[in-house]
Parts: sequence; C-alpha cells; structure tokens
Amino acid sequence: MKRLLILGAGTAGTIMANLLRRRLPRAEWAVTVVDRDNDHYYQPGFLFVPFGFYGREDIVKPRSKFLPRGVEFIVAEVDRIDPAASKVLFQDGSDLPYDYLIVATGASIVPSETPGMLDGWRDTVFDFYTADGAEALGEKLKAFPGGRIVIHVNETPIKCPVAPLEFAFFCDDCLRRHRRRDQIDLVYVTPLDGAFTKPVASKVLGAMLAEKRIEMVTEFNAERVDAAARKIVGYDGREVPYDLLVTVPTNMGSEMIERSGMGDEFRFLPTDPKTLRSKKWENIFAIGDATDLTSSKAGSVAHFQAEILAENLVGAIEGKPLEAAFDGHSNCFIEAGKKKAILIDFNYDVEPLPGMFPFAKVGPMPLLKPSRINHIGKAVFRWIYWHVLLPGRPIPFVPSKMKMAGKKRPVEDGAGSAGKGIPEGGDRSVGGGDRSGGSAGGAAGASKAR
Amino acid sequence: MAQKLYGATTVDVDAEGFLTDFAQWTREVAAAIAKEEGIAELTPAHWKVIDYIQKDFKENGQVPSIRKLNKSGVISTKELYDLFPGGPAKKAAKISGMKKPEGCV
Repeated sequence: MKRLLILGAGTAGTIMANLLRRRLPRAEWAVTVVDRDNDHYYQPGFLFVPFGFYGREDIVKPRSKFLPRGVEFIVAEVDRIDPAASKVLFQDGSDLPYDYLIVATGASIVPSETPGMLDGWRDTVFDFYTADGAEALGEKLKAFPGGRIVIHVNETPIKCPVAPLEFAFFCDDCLRRHRRRDQIDLVYVTPLDGAFTKPVASKVLGAMLAEKRIEMVTEFNAERVDAAARKIVGYDGREVPYDLLVTVPTNMGSEMIERSGMGDEFRFLPTDPKTLRSKKWENIFAIGDATDLTSSKAGSVAHFQAEILAENLVGAIEGKPLEAAFDGHSNCFIEAGKKKAILIDFNYDVEPLPGMFPFAKVGPMPLLKPSRINHIGKAVFRWIYWHVLLPGRPIPFVPSKMKMAGKKRPVEDGAGSAGKGIPEGGDRSVGGGDRSGGSAGGAAGASKAR
Repeated sequence: MAQKLYGATTVDVDAEGFLTDFAQWTREVAAAIAKEEGIAELTPAHWKVIDYIQKDFKENGQVPSIRKLNKSGVISTKELYDLFPGGPAKKAAKISGMKKPEGCV
C-alpha cells in the first residue's frame, strides 16, 4: 500500500484530501492527513468578529467533518520532515513514511519578530488574524474611549493582503454608525508605497481611504514597537503614535518547515510557481499559504491551485510530465463598509482591473467598485466555503484559470469607459507612457490627501 | 516603453524608472541611478548589497527581501536603511537593475 501524506487540514489540505481521495485507487493508495488539532477556522470570518458580526461559534467547525471517507486523519504535532528518507517524524518519536507528500501547513502571525510588539500585546496592541485576537479586539473596541487607532501592516507578504484595508473601512463605518467617528483618528500604516501592491487597485483603494478620512503612512518598516510610549518606530526614524495598535504582525510559515531545514527566510517552502512541486524534492508538493509563491496568500488561491496540484500529482505518480500550470489566479471580496464590497480578480500577469464578473457586460458582479451585490457575495461565500470549496467541488462559472473576458484596463488619460471610477491625479514621476497608471499614482494620490 | 539616458547609455525603464532589461545595466548606470535616488557615491558596502541582489536574482528569479538580506548575513536592516535612505528595498533593487520588487500581493 502506498501513502499520500498531507500535512495540514486547513483550506488547502482539506481540498486536496477530497480531490485526491476521489482520484487515487483505494486498493493501492492510503491518503493520510495530519494536523495539530481538530479546529478548522473559517479564516475570512476573523475580520467580522471584532465588529460583532460573527462570534467564534460561527467560524469554527471540526476539521474531521470535512475530510471524506477513506482518509485517515491523525491529530499530532509533527517535529520535522525527513525528505531524504521520505518520512515524517512526530514529536512523540514515532514516524510515518510517505510516497508523496503535500505540504499545506499554512502561515501564521509571529509578533515576536518585531521587538517590543509583545510588550503591549492584548493591552494596547491587538491582532485580528487569530480567533483569540479577534475576540479580544472586539472587547477592546467596545470599551475604547477615543483617540488614535493605528491599523498596521508590519511586513509583506501577509495572508489575505486586503484584510487590513477592510478592517479600516469597517472601523470607519462602525464608528460613523455609533456617531463616534469624530472622536477617533484612523491611520493606515503600510510598508508598501500605496494601499495595495498593484497600481490600478492601489489607486482605487487609496482614494477610498482618503475619502473616508483615513490617514495613510506608506513605505513604513517598523524597527520596533515602543509599547510604554505607545508608538511604532520605523527604521528610517519616523514614529507613529497610537492609542490602539491593530497590527498584522509578520506572517511566517510553520516552525516545522524551519526544523526540517526546508524553508526560505519566511519559513515558506520554495515551490515551482507553475507546477506546485517543491523546487528540490520530486515527491513533495506544496499548496496555499505554505508556499513561497508571489500569488496572494488566500483561500481562493488555494482553491484554484488545488485542481492544478491534483492533476500534476496524479501525473507524477504515473510518471508523466507535469503539464498543468498555475497562473497565479486570485479572487477576493474587499468589504468597503456601508454594506458594500469590492471584488477583485487577478493573476501573476494581470493586475486587478475594473469590469464585470464572472460574465462580461452582464456580470452580475462589478470589479474594483463597491457594490451591494459583492457584499452579499461575500456573505454567501461562508456557506460556499464549507459546502462547495472544502469538498473540492468546482465553483460555478469560476474556473481555476483567470478569464480576461469582462476586464478592462483603464486608459492612461482616463477617457475610456473603463476609466470611470478610477480617480485621476497620479503623478507619473519617471518615464510615463507605460501601460498602466503607475503605482506611484496610488501613493501620490494618498499622500496628497494627508 | 520609456527610455532614459544615463551618461552614454540609453536604457529602457518602466513608469517608475526601474530597468526593464537587465542586459542594459552597467556599473555606470547604477551610479547614475543612485545619484537620482540621493546617494552621492556607491561605496563598497553598497556594492556588496548590489552584488548579492543580482546573484540571488540569478539563482532564484526573485529580488531578495530585506529579511533575506538580513538573515543571509549580508547586511543588517538598520545598516541597509543607512546605506539606502528612504525605501531601501526599492532603491537597492532599482540601482541593481532589477524590476520593482513584487512585495507579494
């Protein structure tokens, strides 16, 4: 009996177990999944907890419930992978050999990477990337008397790169509804040169921050947090004072990857961006947040990668060349407040663009523009996540490969129809004339608003 | 595609002045970009960083992160900020003839 071993029963690992149990003959292949606990969190739900939209019970279910029959689920702490011997060693001293291994161990926040950050932890410094953190932040916000809330991204890459923006928009909306917005300053601090990594979306999102009077501090790399003086100090000497710091600490891969000596400087596994095979070991594949790919660290990405990985893993077993290629496809809803959300859809080569999704002209979901239907889409997505995405079923009309239909690149002078909704006023400092507005535009637009 | 003239060399650049073709990069172009970025002279310490970035890109196809520069023992993050004031990741990449670091989405 051969064994396919999957480390991690989060979004990516669960989808892979479902897809591959269907494809690998049961008489020949055992499918084994290992995780350290049996709590599967719907991570996109963390954002909603501090604002009271969801409680913890709404976003957690047993991991075992989403693994199909014929899959062995082991709850244990893995010490390390021994790739040369094709086996995994557990902390209790036992081991488990594999024929093929899928690393789906995700990424998590590591506040200890920033000196001083833990000094104020859950006192004046909070995260919303864990269930505990999101709950604690909710309590803090209820009792917050007023002052300066700083929403901070410590270092890229982070999981769900738009989550801190959504947090800022929700905060603004929530404070307005409670008529407390005037007593509270909102500041968004990022190491990027704008609200987002890609130029067109950066411009749209940067303009939304400005419109909501959320101050933006860009290209800020925190050297340390001074919790006693309540400020973050940048490497360049700049200081950002806060009364409440809502931070997204450095995100890193599993410590187990580091113990195995297999990770990069973020403990992510070096992975071929197209085939999803480990760059070093032929019988190891990786998926989702655990990889070092430049695609977004998000559930939708894991879902799109899953089909490619299943194809290539079956190909590898049969000794065929790995032909399926991941294109970097990502798709996410960005909550914009006022019961509206923005939808973005992009890949390695095509940045998020305005247009309609999933069908050109008829949509019904507009891209890169706040709309009610996108907000409803995000709400419905929680149901889709448990019932369609995790079981590895296709989402209707949303294939793994990104489609260009319905997307429009804004014209430089903004004269084209797609230019609507893209605010003017980016200064194109050098060169100009490139195909896009230039990401300097996003930063410039925002700094003007300061 | 925009072009820029540095000394006697014409190079293709993107909207933000990053070289689009590394084959056009020379040490003189690097020095000229550095001047534009407010670095009067490229010292051996600068060159150590530039050489590492170029070597790492050749091996891995990605511009190394500040964390990687720090962890590989090339330079501490604090020193990197002293050498390339402002945005060291972007500035060092630009001077090294790299595309703008993706910073991951």
